[in-house]
Amino acid sequence: MHEYSIIQSLVDSVAAAVGSRPGAAVHGVHVAIGDVAGVDCTLLATAYDVFRAGTLCENAALKIEKIPVRWECPRCNGEIATGGFLRCAFCDEPAFLASGDEIILERIELEVA
Amino acid sequence: MCQDCGCGDVNLVPLELQTRILARNDDQAAHNREHFLRQRVFAVNLMGSPGSGKTAVLEATARAFHDGKKLAAIAGDLATDNDAARLKRAGIRSRAIETGQACHLDADMVHHELHHLDLEGAEYLFIENVGNLVCPAVYDLGQNVNVVALSVTEGEDKPLKYPTMFAKADLVLLTKLDLLQYLPNTNLTKLYDALNRVMPEPRVIRVSAQDAVGVDRWVEWLAARRSALMGEAVPA
Repeated sequence: MHEYSIIQSLVDSVAAAVGSRPGAAVHGVHVAIGDVAGVDCTLLATAYDVFRAGTLCENAALKIEKIPVRWECPRCNGEIATGGFLRCAFCDEPAFLASGDEIILERIELEVA
Repeated sequence: MCQDCGCGDVNLVPLELQTRILARNDDQAAHNREHFLRQRVFAVNLMGSPGSGKTAVLEATARAFHDGKKLAAIAGDLATDNDAARLKRAGIRSRAIETGQACHLDADMVHHELHHLDLEGAEYLFIENVGNLVCPAVYDLGQNVNVVALSVTEGEDKPLKYPTMFAKADLVLLTKLDLLQYLPNTNLTKLYDALNRVMPEPRVIRVSAQDAVGVDRWVEWLAARRSALMGEAVPA
């Protein structure tokens, strides 16, 4: 259940971002989570609901964008299918993870007077 | 509130951030990594299920090194300092981290223990993570390599069930090899097939801590990786 630790870091990150705009209320929090980031998005949403009480995220909705996994050949940049052997069938190069391990705070929405 | 027409809607301003949520941990991990390099210590994040043989492998490593002064360890568990005590008995200077309810170590916890662990003369620091194939994969500790201990009793499809852990591994130590003879239904070909589907460059060393099988290859792998990082010749 490291999702609680991640939410704690998320709320800290939001607080740091809002710090320069005193008086602004946080209305929405948008995050991007890769499919092989090792984060369960359902648990993350539950952890957020538990942890946000009493924080500046209390009234902010959490929107989670899931980023699909993409393995690529470093030589030809061809996509290497997930589930198969992670090696390029043409170049015989080991694949690299082009996307899918993101744990990113993309943006927040602030209510301003 | 909207000041223009009195509709009552709030004015929303997006603030683009695109920051890593675990940036603070990653910064601390980078600091730990600099510390290790300055001390010329090669740091290994040793992960694996509870009971996969992580501590036993480190005990066998101490026996293979003969001189325990080159080795240091930090052992993480939810409760007890049993593993650190075992490692001390094996001749490895060790510290325990009792995480309470936390299912993984993070860079701050490791940094805190570094203040209590004398690394003078040490060439290797083994960070034995909390037994868990999920959460430890997410947190950078400042290690130089990730090693996963996977015992032959755990089933051939473990890599497919926990792809993130194995995708991040530089090496898999296939442990408890001495038990393989009692597992007629365990097929290592299937295990290697599974590893190839989650690790771009699967590297596996088969070990048995019980009778020291494969420990020499593990020690050679460590020495080669340390020498490559430190820019030193591989010791004979």
